[in-house]
Amino acid sequence: MPYHSVVCVKQVPDTANISAEAMKEDGTVNRAALPTIFNPEDLHALEAALEIRDLHGGTVTAISMGPPKAGDVLRDCLFRGADRAILITDRRAAASDTLATSYILSQAIKTIGQVDFVFCGRQAIDGDTAQVGPQCAEKLGFPQITYLEQIVSIQDRTARLRRNTGRGWEIVEVQLPVLVTVIETANRPRYPAAKRIMRLKHARVPSELPGEVKAALPQATDAEIEAEVARRTADLKARGLLLEQWNLDDIGADLSRCGMSGSPTKVYRIQAIVLKKEGYTSVPATEPGIRQLIHELVVDRTLG
Amino acid sequence: MANFFLDNDDIRFLFEHIDVAQLARLQEDDFVHGGDDGSGYAPRDAADAVDNYRRILEVVGEIAAEVVAPNAEQVDAEGNTLNPDGTVTLHPLVSENLRRLSQADLMGFTLPRKYGGLFCPNLIYTMATEIISRADASLMNMFGLQGIAETINAFADDRVKDATLPRFCTGEVTGAMVLTEPDAGSDLQAVRLRAYQDAQGNWFLNGVKRFITNGCGEILLVLARSEPEISDGRGLSLFITERSPKVRVRHLEHKLGIHGSPTCELVFDDTPCQLIGERQRGLITYVMALMNGARVGISAQSLGIGEAAFRLARTYAHTREQFGGPIERLPAVAELVTDMKVHVEAARALAYETSRICDHEINNHRVMESFPDLPAEEKKRRQQLARQLKRINGMMTPMAKYYCSEMACTVSNQAIQVLGGSGYMKDYAAERYFRDARITTIYEGTSQLQVVAAVRGVASGAFEHWTAEWDVRTYDDPLLMQLRDQLVEAKNKVLEAVRYVKTQSTQYLDLAGRRLVDSAIAVIIGHLLLGQGAVNQRKKVVARRFIAQQLPVLQTNCAKVLSGDMSPLTEYEVLAGPVPAAV
Repeated sequence: MPYHSVVCVKQVPDTANISAEAMKEDGTVNRAALPTIFNPEDLHALEAALEIRDLHGGTVTAISMGPPKAGDVLRDCLFRGADRAILITDRRAAASDTLATSYILSQAIKTIGQVDFVFCGRQAIDGDTAQVGPQCAEKLGFPQITYLEQIVSIQDRTARLRRNTGRGWEIVEVQLPVLVTVIETANRPRYPAAKRIMRLKHARVPSELPGEVKAALPQATDAEIEAEVARRTADLKARGLLLEQWNLDDIGADLSRCGMSGSPTKVYRIQAIVLKKEGYTSVPATEPGIRQLIHELVVDRTLG
Repeated sequence: MANFFLDNDDIRFLFEHIDVAQLARLQEDDFVHGGDDGSGYAPRDAADAVDNYRRILEVVGEIAAEVVAPNAEQVDAEGNTLNPDGTVTLHPLVSENLRRLSQADLMGFTLPRKYGGLFCPNLIYTMATEIISRADASLMNMFGLQGIAETINAFADDRVKDATLPRFCTGEVTGAMVLTEPDAGSDLQAVRLRAYQDAQGNWFLNGVKRFITNGCGEILLVLARSEPEISDGRGLSLFITERSPKVRVRHLEHKLGIHGSPTCELVFDDTPCQLIGERQRGLITYVMALMNGARVGISAQSLGIGEAAFRLARTYAHTREQFGGPIERLPAVAELVTDMKVHVEAARALAYETSRICDHEINNHRVMESFPDLPAEEKKRRQQLARQLKRINGMMTPMAKYYCSEMACTVSNQAIQVLGGSGYMKDYAAERYFRDARITTIYEGTSQLQVVAAVRGVASGAFEHWTAEWDVRTYDDPLLMQLRDQLVEAKNKVLEAVRYVKTQSTQYLDLAGRRLVDSAIAVIIGHLLLGQGAVNQRKKVVARRFIAQQLPVLQTNCAKVLSGDMSPLTEYEVLAGPVPAAV
């Protein structure tokens, strides 16, 4: 039987390539200074959904909450095989912490309607909280399976999933609908497909257009820009390339639970950690040498 | 993330330097379809098409670096498996490579969109093939065999095309060109495999083929003798058949290199098949066309191996310390490394230029065939162009195949030398590159056969025709002008040698062929590098070095030709000595 999956994806700063301006004074991430990428574990979440669709039929819908620029990751989802992509964007959602974000995403998922699986990456590399997935599940009233390693089987309304427990694995059985968070070892994400790239590279969410038009026509008046945006919107729509964009009203969100007002998290303290090399030990590549090394690691509790 | 397209400055430079937009306009008939041909993914204009090509190469580069390259060592070590029932099981990692490429829509690279193909120009395909080959040269023999589907597209009827081409595009099937037999290698006119018809007119195949690359593929294009009474190439036709119990793989060859590519001996046992195109044109028209495309493919494969070998040597020379410093500071090593790099770039210049000319030729043919009602004037112009391009390509394609494959052998050999003892060991990929490179000067026509084909062009005007335009190019930089003048002088030396050869026997033309072709190639590549140097400072240095190194060789080659020495033929018995006694 076919299954309908929703995949939550996030555009994140590439924390593997950070520069000095990575943090702002207030301790939040300076997103403007960093190149953005598809959150790595979300790619594995998408792949899990695509594999279920390939095997059982159904649909894959990618959703992302973020600024217009997050259109990039949604297009990437489409290139890799997602059937539908929705951007949830709203200035009133700015500064949402994990609680507010999970509320907004859960409202969006409810708005989508029939859903059998919700897939999230375990965590995003910018915040590393791993909270949004589980909080979403709570708000949706879905069971949650975290740290997915393998989809063992799906039959009717029952899924058997293998999850990583940190010290090993366990197979759990769950009734659908379910929310699953996925880790990197679960699968190898597929690559963007050439024909889908050619077909869908022109796809845009409406909120991306004003910025693009302004960049293309720097001399244009506001009225001209507006007219050009309208023209492009109509053109994209006619070609089936206008991606869906929802605001907080579209998903029936309670505004007090969104953005700053819905976010109790406060940054308590920021620590600048400078990693320093403090000498090194050379270990001879012999049995006794390795034995000694393991012994030292056990003593300082690196190995457990 | 690793990417074999994005990390390759030279391919990216050439992507910009060569007028890819012009190729896109040719390919897409100046975008008369306006981006709407019913496929949903046709480019709207040249910029859109070029953007598509770049994005496609990025995906190829990513898969090559992240999937194919890490699998290569194990594939090489373990190879494929022949089953008792005459089928072949590909190495699981080879299957995985193909699955990833298919999933990314990359297996119908040049086929029309109506079959689900990407309809890329040949040049872009050549770049993609190089990128894949750098990761694993043996995978090229599947990825780079898309010319088989192209041959079907060019010559088969719609029924066959509709039945096979969409499956190539999805990656459901791969193909093989089934030509060689035990007694028909370089001399394909000697093919014996029988094709016969039953009373209802159905065709069947009977006989044995060997050394068939990917002979376990699902779609086989088979050259067979349909006219038993005609003993030469005119008695051969081309047939298509699908894998079935009626075609058995009898043997998988144990080879020096390209272990990931299954080389099969095939037994046809009253195998049903269909005729492609017209009878008797199998070898003289269809296989010749197929081979020309495949030769460009081998050029690309050679480039990939050369690139991989160079990179390994460059890194090693930089990091390996001896005598108190990196070995790249030793003059002998510095020369090896720079020679390798210049050689790879020289070969790439020639191969991509050839590929670009192929695009002109292919598209000119396509237009003439799909629009038979062209105005008389236009038709005449195109026919003239076709003759011209055929002549140029008839020289350039064998030149590229010959030069690139010899480069791959030389450069991979030099890589081992740079790595020294480590290069000889299995610990590094250098020895694999060397083994993989070795086949490139042999299959799809040996270097010696490429020379025979290319020397005709050198001796009959195609070379002069090609250089005429370049001889008079002007450059802003006096250095480039000076180098250009040296090339003009060198060309005249080559032509002098050609004139001399024409006064000698035909046999002497074959004997002198290699030196004439080497000389002509040096002039052609010299010009191409000058063109690159005009827009890129580093390339100026590359051009200067190449020309400074190659012109003295050219002088020597021409002098050898002018010597008229026929002794390898006239005094063969003396020089070769007696045939060794059987042991």
